[in-house]
Amino acid sequence: MSLTKQEVESVARLARLEITEGEIGRVVEKLSSIIDFVDQLQTANTDDVMPMAHPLDMGQRLRTDEIFEADQRNRYQVNAPEVEAGLYLVPKVIE
Amino acid sequence: MHKKTIAELSRSLQAREFSSVELTRHLLSRIDALDGGLNSFITVTAEGALAAAAAADERIARGEGGPLTGIPLAHKDIFCTEGVRTSCGSRMLDNFVSPYDATVVSRLKDAGMVMLGKTNMDEFAMGSSNETSFYGPVHNPWDLKTVPGGSSGGSAAAVAARLAPVATGTDTGGSIRQPAALVGITGVKPTYGRVSRYGMIAFASSLDQAGVLTRTAEDAALVLEAMSGFDPRDSTSSPAPVPCYHGSLQESLEGLRVGVPEEFMDEGLDSENRAAVEAALDVYRALGATVSTVSLPSLALSVPTYYVVAPAEASSNLSRFDGVRFGYRCDDPADLLDLYQRSRGEGFGDEVKRRIMTGTYVLSAGYYDAYYLKAQKVRELIAREFRQAFQHVDVLMGPTTPAPAFELGAKTTDPITMYLNDIYTIAVNLAGLPGVSIPCGLVQGLPVGLQLIGPHFSEARLLNVAHRYQQESDWHQRLPVGY
Repeated sequence: MSLTKQEVESVARLARLEITEGEIGRVVEKLSSIIDFVDQLQTANTDDVMPMAHPLDMGQRLRTDEIFEADQRNRYQVNAPEVEAGLYLVPKVIE
Repeated sequence: MHKKTIAELSRSLQAREFSSVELTRHLLSRIDALDGGLNSFITVTAEGALAAAAAADERIARGEGGPLTGIPLAHKDIFCTEGVRTSCGSRMLDNFVSPYDATVVSRLKDAGMVMLGKTNMDEFAMGSSNETSFYGPVHNPWDLKTVPGGSSGGSAAAVAARLAPVATGTDTGGSIRQPAALVGITGVKPTYGRVSRYGMIAFASSLDQAGVLTRTAEDAALVLEAMSGFDPRDSTSSPAPVPCYHGSLQESLEGLRVGVPEEFMDEGLDSENRAAVEAALDVYRALGATVSTVSLPSLALSVPTYYVVAPAEASSNLSRFDGVRFGYRCDDPADLLDLYQRSRGEGFGDEVKRRIMTGTYVLSAGYYDAYYLKAQKVRELIAREFRQAFQHVDVLMGPTTPAPAFELGAKTTDPITMYLNDIYTIAVNLAGLPGVSIPCGLVQGLPVGLQLIGPHFSEARLLNVAHRYQQESDWHQRLPVGY
């Protein structure tokens, strides 16, 4: 199955990835070949098989909802591209 | 000093034959002299290493040293290390200095180990040749024209070249075992949930598992014991107690039932590689094991299953890299959408973008049942076949890779060719099983590996089975020329 340029552009938009005009042909071709490859799965008979939820058949562990760590915002914001007054800055969203 | 194993180094340090500072200085000078041709390190932390070594020497002098105190190691650059750049092999995290340590890092630090630096890797651990790294490919010390495997290629090359006695790694589809095989060392991928994933940058959370690359099974046992065990910070961490791995290394293999999956020995396997595996099976027969053929009929579907499940999880995990809170941000974004799209488009390399796109596609409306749900069913089918096999045998054996190391650039044009290189290792991750690769021969001068696979939490038995082979063979002692 070959993907169309429009389908690939729509996936890129969903994934928030910029793909340049120069790249798009190559991306369509490689993504199509990967989807073709994984299509082999359709040959497997899985009628009586439950989908795997966890490799060890473990349940999700729960913990009590209590605070056990101190606020470390200042340390974490050292890695941020742009901050002001403890806030992360992004381009204006609302005019 | 660099030719000694951890077990030997530990005895020397305790006996004060040399200090951890001397040992650390020696390895740092080897990295300085030899790593230019290998590119196995992204960051070398010389200053921190010497300080940690001095602290370890004091601890030993006080009589408080353990078996790992003062032993140098390298961490794959996927593990967060406080105050040290943690890049994950990506431009996206080139400027990221972690504010905290991964659990693996803090546990080995507490044991007194000395971090030499952070090793090169495929970008976000996505690759089988270490060619997708933002920091350039790693070269195989056995032949610099060939790849060391991936994604833990820097860790593998550093240990094989005797730049470090041990390096950590992660294995999502073979990323510890495959590079270990291609550079002639021992690689251990533990059971899913055995080692904490906290602070280990996520690729595919239901498959990722941390482990070690060492020269011997005995060394792997020592380090694995220190890094394993329950961690409340990892919701999939197993509460099962950690056995004393090095205590059972010598156990007899009399009566051990070995199964060889026929699908592992098919026409896709290089004939000399097959001969090396068969010679290793003969060693096990001589040690008292019985060898029989078993079948894993769905093995061929493991690679397509993986290339649905892993990209799906990756597309979700990597959505956190948005250019806002940390990591790469593009210049002069026009608006918020432009900031997201260009930061991600410029910050991620081609293979990572390909996997995010694949994952986004298979999870998108209308395709979920056909791909993701179907893949999780086939995954259960594969796990079931392993469970059935382990009703009749104690350990499965076969090749780790279809052939020895290939040349740089040989498989970069077609992603499928690269993906198929992991045909023997991927199923183990899908089923959450432990797997070990040990050197079992040289094919045209390049190492190949024997893979051992056991039931969940059988690490002690696998290390015992690996160790007994290493007492009867010397492949793990072979050294690439010039190192």
